[in-house]
Amino acid sequence: MIDATGRPQSVLVLGGASEIAQAIVAGLVPGRCRTVVLAGRPSGRLDDAAGAAKEAGADVVETVAFDTTDPAGATAAVDGVFERFGDIDLVLAAAGALGDQAELEADPLAAADLITTNFTGLAAALLAVAAKMRAQGYGRIVVISSVAGERARKANFVYGSTKSGLDAFSQGLGDALVGTGVGVTIVRPGFVVGRMTEGMDPAPFSTTPEAVAAAVVKGIESGADVVYAPPVLRWVFAVMRQLPRAVWRRMPG
Amino acid sequence: MSTPRPPRATRELLSGWGRTAATSADVVHAVHPGIVDEAMAASVEASTAGSSGRGLVARGLGRSYGDAAQNAGGTVLDATWLDAVHSVDLEAGLVTVGAGVSLQTLMERFVPLGWFVPVTPGTRLVTVGGAIAADIHGKNHHVDGSFCSHVTSMTLVTPTGTHIVTPDSDPDLFWATAGGMGLTGIVTEATLRMIPVESSYLLVDTERAVDLDDIMAKMQSGDDDYRYSVAWIDCQSTGSRLGRSVLTRGDHARAADLPPGLARPDKVRKFVPRQLARIPLTPPSGLLNPLSVGAINEFWYRKAPREPQLAKPHHMTGFFHPLDGIGEWNRFYGRRGFLQYQFVVPDAGGEVVRQVIERLTKVKLAAFVNVLKRFGPGDPGPLSFPMPGWTLALDLLVGSEELGPLLDGFDELVLAAGGRLYLAKDSRLAPDTFRAMYPRVDDFLEVKRKVDPEGVLRSDLGRRLGLCADADPHVRS
Repeated sequence: MIDATGRPQSVLVLGGASEIAQAIVAGLVPGRCRTVVLAGRPSGRLDDAAGAAKEAGADVVETVAFDTTDPAGATAAVDGVFERFGDIDLVLAAAGALGDQAELEADPLAAADLITTNFTGLAAALLAVAAKMRAQGYGRIVVISSVAGERARKANFVYGSTKSGLDAFSQGLGDALVGTGVGVTIVRPGFVVGRMTEGMDPAPFSTTPEAVAAAVVKGIESGADVVYAPPVLRWVFAVMRQLPRAVWRRMPG
Repeated sequence: MSTPRPPRATRELLSGWGRTAATSADVVHAVHPGIVDEAMAASVEASTAGSSGRGLVARGLGRSYGDAAQNAGGTVLDATWLDAVHSVDLEAGLVTVGAGVSLQTLMERFVPLGWFVPVTPGTRLVTVGGAIAADIHGKNHHVDGSFCSHVTSMTLVTPTGTHIVTPDSDPDLFWATAGGMGLTGIVTEATLRMIPVESSYLLVDTERAVDLDDIMAKMQSGDDDYRYSVAWIDCQSTGSRLGRSVLTRGDHARAADLPPGLARPDKVRKFVPRQLARIPLTPPSGLLNPLSVGAINEFWYRKAPREPQLAKPHHMTGFFHPLDGIGEWNRFYGRRGFLQYQFVVPDAGGEVVRQVIERLTKVKLAAFVNVLKRFGPGDPGPLSFPMPGWTLALDLLVGSEELGPLLDGFDELVLAAGGRLYLAKDSRLAPDTFRAMYPRVDDFLEVKRKVDPEGVLRSDLGRRLGLCADADPHVRS
């Protein structure tokens, strides 16, 4: 259950190998979280994430095969987790890839794959999660979106549009779930220095997985609708969204 | 995995008095006693037919602070309409009532006839069923014990049938139900032994205590001379004022002890509670902060007479239930809600009271309506809260990130001193700490398994503390 201070006792991570997700799990386990289920493509990284959760003090840590490029398989995996573990207090949707914009523009099918990974498949999985949480009468869904979804940029509009879609989907889902005991928290990080952005020049207001995780854990505890990381991006993007298109188009990077 | 709904259920979002951790459940109103049996049968069927059933728990007036009367995704039986008075023996002071009858109703009806409830908590807006489930205590615990010590019989609807349980007929089931937080069955009826009173007034001594040592010494030496005793304690002042308190102690007034104006036949046993005000909406969070709460604490302390005031008549309502005059006062704490932290430690662990207050003053978390009291011997219930020693109750605003870790630290102090937390107030205890605090939990579970082998009786509190689960127990450790 989720306690009065907003701390969950169990978490399912969709995209269990994600660096941000790992940092969030590391922030939840010292509170009350003793059951950690990491869903992702079987990999050494996923196993490492499981090892880290175990080391942090979780009692039950398991990995489950989960791939958003296969929506049917992904929703079945979600159903399987709820059937096997019973209640899941928190579902953290962290699956996603960044891709290389130039390559994606040159390879439309690769772009379609990325869109399925980041949005289509994940959205299907989230609907499966929402159905289970409605039935259990409570829960929190945390969706890792991005400020890249606030406004598509020519430098990464394939990735950005997947996050726009996911973000809009999650807002609607959150509104649909009001009154059911289930809440949705949307996380919009800025540029996160880490594995996903290796070799790239950090954008202004860049952050780290740990800093994002700290903000997310706080947002989970308070039941926030939206978490920006770093928080200043809320105001930065309030302005960015209003820029004339001709100016926005000329933004560097 | 849609849960089959028992008849007439409506899906509602429920939380406890602290307004935290709301979950939704199918609420069934017990408009007549037969619905209890129907709801129980439907929940049993849902649990045995497959894994889709999410069980059943009863709910009274929702005054438990945490998640005791919630059952996420399952069924919650609203028992407040089990409100009949079945039989009354005015010679012996024995009343048999529906479990949904509130202590307020008992007072309204029986104080004018010269009988008062044996135990009342700080609110009279609790049901008899809830009072049994939490085995509530009052300001007279050091003399009279807790509520279930005054229950002579109860009717308990369980998944395996309806039992009439007395402390002699089935002591295990009776005492597991006392403080069992509704997880052994649904109490539909109970017989209570009331206490005789000549008036609806108490003669109360009020005095200030300058610090924690002063209040603890006064209570330790003097409480035995009073039937009712409680201290309001300032948990914000530091240094030489740490733990300064206002101690109020008294007993029921005999008619002959009252001034003539109050002893008039139309006044002497009058009990007509009035709601003076109501908090109409949830004010913005932040209204309660260390500054405003400090001012409230200062006011409260100064309001008390400087010199001890002796034998002043107080009406029952003001003495026992000052906050009941304000409807929905829990809204005062804002959108995020609040929690109450109440622990008991044996006398030898009295130092924990000081450590807790000291830590609280350091983090500057707003806390008022803090109450210190001495308990007498506990009763045999394996999950019953009271034990001889000190109990401190703190109201804390939810919202600070520091709150969770701070209270986890308090848990460790309480546990190390051999103490425990009160489940009717709890909304955040960890399952392993709970088990360590209540070492007889396995006795409780053994009784529960006998009357509820399929584990149909479930609540959010039970899930959180590991007393019941919806999944294969082999997966969850």
